[in-house]
Amino acid sequence: MIEVTGLTVRYGGVTSLDDLHLEFQEGTCGLIGPNGAGKTTFFNVLSGFVRPAGGTVRAFGVDLLSMAHFRRARWGVRRTFQTEQAIEQLSVFDNVAMVHEHSGAGAGARRRDVLDAISFTGLDAGPEEKVRTLGMGQRRLVEVARAVVGRPKLVLLDEPAAGLPDEETRHLGEVIRRIPEHTGALAILVDHDMSLVSACCETTAVLDFGKLIASGPTAAVLRDDDVIRAYLGVA
Amino acid sequence: MPAVGRPQLIRWGVVAALVLFVLFGFPAFLSLYYIDAMTQVAIYSMVTLALGVLVGRVGLVSLGQVAVLAVGAWVAARLLFATTQPYPLVLLEAGLITMVAGTLIGLPALRLRGLYLALITLMLAGAITVVLATVNFPNGGHGFLGYNGGLIHIPPIRRPSLAGGDPAYFRYSVVVAVLMFLLVLAHIRTRPGRAWAAIRQSEPAALAAGINTWLYKLWAFALASFITGVAGGVLAGSVHYLYSIGFPTQDSITLLAVVLMGGVYSLWGAVVAALLYQFLPALLNNWGVSADWLIILFGLGVVQVLTTAPAGLADQVPRDLARLGRLLLRLRRTPAPVQPSGGDAG
Repeated sequence: MIEVTGLTVRYGGVTSLDDLHLEFQEGTCGLIGPNGAGKTTFFNVLSGFVRPAGGTVRAFGVDLLSMAHFRRARWGVRRTFQTEQAIEQLSVFDNVAMVHEHSGAGAGARRRDVLDAISFTGLDAGPEEKVRTLGMGQRRLVEVARAVVGRPKLVLLDEPAAGLPDEETRHLGEVIRRIPEHTGALAILVDHDMSLVSACCETTAVLDFGKLIASGPTAAVLRDDDVIRAYLGVA
Repeated sequence: MPAVGRPQLIRWGVVAALVLFVLFGFPAFLSLYYIDAMTQVAIYSMVTLALGVLVGRVGLVSLGQVAVLAVGAWVAARLLFATTQPYPLVLLEAGLITMVAGTLIGLPALRLRGLYLALITLMLAGAITVVLATVNFPNGGHGFLGYNGGLIHIPPIRRPSLAGGDPAYFRYSVVVAVLMFLLVLAHIRTRPGRAWAAIRQSEPAALAAGINTWLYKLWAFALASFITGVAGGVLAGSVHYLYSIGFPTQDSITLLAVVLMGGVYSLWGAVVAALLYQFLPALLNNWGVSADWLIILFGLGVVQVLTTAPAGLADQVPRDLARLGRLLLRLRRTPAPVQPSGGDAG
């Protein structure tokens, strides 16, 4: 469970997250909002790339913000990026092994764990294939394999389906929905594709201008008047 | 670990055969002049290897490698004059001491990248060159610096007892270089190599993977400095006498140029770069052509490589040769089409 209290992030004069109070319970949770709502900033705070001006984040009872960024992966934070960041020079196996070897999981089980994570994603490429030879959908799956390897506690998925055709998005959605039961982690999905969010997330939170405007069961949230107004820009 | 496949075994076999040919064939076929040149190629292949690790694997551009080489040579020369330690031990110590110095140079790298890092390393290299010009290389004198300006008979820097002659010292240099290549291979195939690949492509992705980017960048500088320090130690024995004028700051820029030309993403690139840097000048000198022309050639070469083959000659030449081979094969197999009389209407 993640408890966010009074989280505030400012970039100069812009307040990107404004005294945000938010809770994520379990399973796969959606986090949506118009462009510039603060979704990626929120992920960047959890990853340690952005230092907030105030507030706390407690993840499973631990004060996440007091941890150095690179130590958070060892603790159990995983993330994917809006622009895909699979490492081109490395093979699929090495991409995933790279996360495993810094996760604190034992080296003895590395090969098995890494191959497990790759097969969990249903990637149709061999583990020894170089990532630079893969297509975009396959690279996204490599990123997901990296996010589920080595006992994660919190998986952050930042628009993992951006730019993918429908067929690949559907497959990715299946994989994302199974992350919590497969790993025991809490997954948070940021995406603009509402059908993907509806398919994967039982609960969803909505941000607008750095504030929480709605949260609850996904279907109800997507019908919420405030949410519709925020997306359509109606006053 | 994944099982070693047949192509991999064949590749290793070819490399081993090549190394054996270099070790035993070269001294048999080449004149002493070219053996000396190839000794320098072996030594500088370690320097280009180290710079290739920094630039190609981690994405850190250093313009101070010749100064690091000078530090390695200085330390080795001092130890060789002061002690009777076996040569390999001196090389190891020179590598380790240079590693400490080079890592200090690398410290700004933890905050800087690109042009600013290049500039800082160049300035530090300049500073080292100035210090070396003042303290001079050891020449058998006493004291900490080991330099005596009044000496008339300067003793040569010693070589290992089993490699006193030039062909033997050439073999010795090749063996040390092979060990350094294996050291780098052991790095890039394992944990540090994966971490470096991640850092080079995307630091946020590396951090998100739990990689301590600070530590791994420093590790890269330490490894590169160690290898360059060892190369300096081998250089000291190869030339017998060292002078600070032999390590001008601008050589680091030429070094970066040849490393880019050779190719920074493959270890073969380091060998190609060393051949360009040391063998080409020897060849031109032998033909009576000034080696200064090479600066122009290297300039054009860098432009060529950066525009048409970012992975360098080590990647481009085999690829183009294979393409040429396929083309020739196709020409031989397909009979020439019979030209219809009356010429081509199209």
